[in-house]
Amino acid sequence: MAYSYQLKRVDFIFRNENDWEKVLSTTIKKKPDEIINELISSELKGRGGAGFPTGLKWKLTAESKETEKYVICNADEGEPGTFKDREILSKVPYKVLTAMAVCGYVTGAKEGYIYLRGEYKFLENELNKAIDEFLYYCQEINLDFKIKIFMGSGAYICGEETALMESMEGRRGEPRNKPPFPTQAGYRNKPTVINNVETLVHTWTIFKYGAKKFYDLGVQYSRGTKLFSVSGDTPKPGIYELELGMSLQDFVYEFGDGDTKAVQVGGASGFLVPRKKFKDTAIGYEGKLVGISLPTGGSMMLFNSSRSMFNVLDNYLEFFREESCGQCTPCRVGCQQLLLGIKAVKRGEKPASYLDKLLKLTETMQLTAKCGLGQSVANSFSSIVENFREEMIY
Amino acid sequence: MMNKNVNITINGFRVEVKKGMTILEAAEEEGIKIPTLCYHKDLCVAGNCRVCVVEVVGQKRLSAACATPCEDGMEILTNSLKVRNSRKHIIELLLAEHNADCTKCYRNGNCELQKLASEYKIMTQDFLELSPLKNYTIDMYSPSIMKDDSKCIRCQRCVRTCAELQGVNALTVAYKGDRMKIATFFEKAMNDVVCTNCGQCINHCPTGALVERNYIEEVWNAISDLGKHVVVQTAPAVRVGLGEEMGMKPGEAVTGKMVAALRRLGFDSVLDTDFTADLTILEEGTELLTRLKKALVEKDQTVSIPMITSCSPGWIKYIEHLYPDNLENLSTCKSPQQMFGALAKTYYAKARNIDPENIVSVSIMPCTAKKYEAHRPEMHDSGYRDVDYVLTTRELAIMVKQAGLDFEKLPPAKFDRLMGESTGAGVIFGATGGVMEAALRTVYELVTGREVPFEKLNIKPVRGMEGVRKASVKIDNPLEEWAFLDGVELKCAVAHGLVNAKKIMDTVKAGKADFHFVEIMACPGGCLGGGGQPIPTNPEIRKKRAEAIYAEDTSLSLRKSHDNPEVQKLYKDFLKEPLGELSHHLLHTKYTRRERF
Ligand SMILES: Cc1cc2nc3c(=O)[nH]c(=O)nc-3n(C[C@H](O)[C@H](O)[C@H](O)COP(=O)(O)O)c2cc1C
Ligand code: SF4
Repeated sequence: MAYSYQLKRVDFIFRNENDWEKVLSTTIKKKPDEIINELISSELKGRGGAGFPTGLKWKLTAESKETEKYVICNADEGEPGTFKDREILSKVPYKVLTAMAVCGYVTGAKEGYIYLRGEYKFLENELNKAIDEFLYYCQEINLDFKIKIFMGSGAYICGEETALMESMEGRRGEPRNKPPFPTQAGYRNKPTVINNVETLVHTWTIFKYGAKKFYDLGVQYSRGTKLFSVSGDTPKPGIYELELGMSLQDFVYEFGDGDTKAVQVGGASGFLVPRKKFKDTAIGYEGKLVGISLPTGGSMMLFNSSRSMFNVLDNYLEFFREESCGQCTPCRVGCQQLLLGIKAVKRGEKPASYLDKLLKLTETMQLTAKCGLGQSVANSFSSIVENFREEMIY
Repeated sequence: MMNKNVNITINGFRVEVKKGMTILEAAEEEGIKIPTLCYHKDLCVAGNCRVCVVEVVGQKRLSAACATPCEDGMEILTNSLKVRNSRKHIIELLLAEHNADCTKCYRNGNCELQKLASEYKIMTQDFLELSPLKNYTIDMYSPSIMKDDSKCIRCQRCVRTCAELQGVNALTVAYKGDRMKIATFFEKAMNDVVCTNCGQCINHCPTGALVERNYIEEVWNAISDLGKHVVVQTAPAVRVGLGEEMGMKPGEAVTGKMVAALRRLGFDSVLDTDFTADLTILEEGTELLTRLKKALVEKDQTVSIPMITSCSPGWIKYIEHLYPDNLENLSTCKSPQQMFGALAKTYYAKARNIDPENIVSVSIMPCTAKKYEAHRPEMHDSGYRDVDYVLTTRELAIMVKQAGLDFEKLPPAKFDRLMGESTGAGVIFGATGGVMEAALRTVYELVTGREVPFEKLNIKPVRGMEGVRKASVKIDNPLEEWAFLDGVELKCAVAHGLVNAKKIMDTVKAGKADFHFVEIMACPGGCLGGGGQPIPTNPEIRKKRAEAIYAEDTSLSLRKSHDNPEVQKLYKDFLKEPLGELSHHLLHTKYTRRERF
């Protein structure tokens, strides 16, 4: 079959650049409005998973009349199969720090925190050194901004922005009710910008090279590049920066082992795409590209025909059953029901039609769970059960 | 901002509501009930049970009505197909996790989950039952509270109660995911942690996960034992709560019917804790004046001022754990329940010529901490256990129903004599501020020979539901014996709910409190909002109960403790004088320092 291969590799994020001082000092000579408009026109969307427009997030926080505000860099990186933020923080921490300081300048926040995943403690020393050097320079240019590291303690749910804030405030990491959103009432109930590590690095690219350069990459609704954590049955696992909007077909062509049966896009909370849908699936945010488009925090897991999809689903559900914070009914009880339910079907204790009951249950979870965790269990469950039903039963 | 209005529609009907109102509140105003479980009017919003989800047209997901503020133009559907299906699913999930053994449950018939299951007619169980898979055990170590995790729906109402109303944090959330549960510190037993036994968690629990340790059968057995003489005392707040359990509206005092019912249950003597409430005032008032004299005249540095009331056993356990350095500030008076118990097996036994060995002393209390109090090793001053069984208002209601009494039709009856007379001052012990008011009525008159200078003896500044209230009374022209108090402004403070107690105690601990006398009650509203009172409770219900208490006070001819003829007789025939030797032995106690953990 003739196939035109179009995957575009890019190198912005890890490009070694030693001019962060200059980028910082020239950026903060601009007016906050100007910077926000630049971000808005770049159409950068959050890379933590939810894809909220970054410029708008900064703008909403900047507009608040509160004097106490915060900037938080979300480095909890807990999604199974994601390992890019760690790489960013060890290779190019200055880009992240610069972006946080600019965000502080734009929004009026004087304090920033890096919420670092507990398992990344080994990064703490180096990162603190970078922060010290960075803050020294901030002092030199009279920029009033502080950055501190806050060590997470290992729960996946603490990556959810409001659970993260609860945990920073010394409470149990349980997601809050929204509204109010963090831009209105975040850390310590004050307006807060919370961005993923990678999102912040992209703003750095935009400050340095201009919005147009970023906008010109990617496709409509999904501009710029994205880091992908590639794992599973692939000859070349690793971290790759690719343009958004690629089709899954192209992706598998590049990274598959010739026997790719399915790809899980977006980790445990993402979707499983079977081979027959590779061509119609694009990687990007909402809006029609080819067929369906799937957003992702960057996790791409490839499975070849040796893998049992039942085991894959079983594994994800095990993860959710344990990592749900447990506060809300649909998620806490739902996850247990899904996990025990597919096992019961597999063992023949429940009829195959029980899977349809469970699919209905995931709909309820999606509609009613309090946070993104419970809401997104339906993604992997329904995409796996619908596409590999027979593997669930026999 | 709050008085700006927004226009919304609920189920197609246009309504205008105050900005900032939640969907739940707006619907309630329109007469539409949205089911809830984790929501409680006493507590901050949690939004975790998800039973109250509604559809906001145009939004992808459903919204929790309790946690979502109304926005202009919202179109809300509270009963659409999507909502109904989701809600049913959620109830089914809760039931799948719940040990739905309703017929064997203490809360059978008054359980919010059971009610919802019934309303939504959940007749089948499609999901897998989870509770048999978990190794639940019931914590029965506390003499007051039993905790059964298999009945828990994780709404966290108890956790919020213990933190927000009481500031105790004996109950918290532990673990996550499927193992998430409500636990004590290191999962120790309830009697082994800072728990004050106040029972507010029971009052706020929607199911049977937290219930009182009940002694109903023990009391029936005692009543049936012909060799026993069973005396019962009833606390002031019981009479304004019991009616609710019997199907009446909140705020009806049922004193006479209650007495009639108790007699019909077979108690040999029906007496009144209000009697010892009056007695408490004489002992405690005298203690206050003695302390003031020592402090002001003799300049005795060892005397602790302010003196703080000691009637509320939840409060006592709290101060023992959290402010052990301030135990000297507590009045040494036992609570009215324990004064009664000590007298029942001495004074009463002697007067009635009954061997105290054969007396069973039962008390009906609005309180679960009283169970623990009666259990304390120091409460044996009569030579026996002073109070044998403590029942809550709810347990009494169960007995009345078991006995088949038509409560509303009972002709009112009067308490038995000797320890059954009370004044209005004793009655108001049941409301926050009541002990203070009763004490002021007596102390002021003792010192000046004149009635306290408030219209109709109603000391309004110490009444109400404000968490902390302060008041002062200036003493002019005292009797000669109290000349040192001339011109002294007697300063008082009142707190109810242990979070409010904390506010006062922090100033006392820092030595910055300039009060002479402080009343603290563990429960919101005082005993009328106690942990043994009818469920549900909320600010509105407590307000009604308080009104009933103050109405009862004004309806009585005697309204000052020192006017109680039976108390006067007690001193004449038995105790001789307040703070006398016998009083000291029977009516006063000491406290125990306890650890925080
Ligand atoms: C269960 C759950 C886990 C999450 N974990 C992370 C995480 O580890 N890192 C992250 O950046 N965002 C995570 N998010 C998304 C954050 O809530 C939030 O949307 C993000 O930090 C916003 O940053 P962005 O706009 O730059 O993407 C998680 C969300 C959910 C619901
Ligand atoms: S959806 Fe799950 S993780 Fe999110 S609040 Fe509910 S129980 Fe917690």
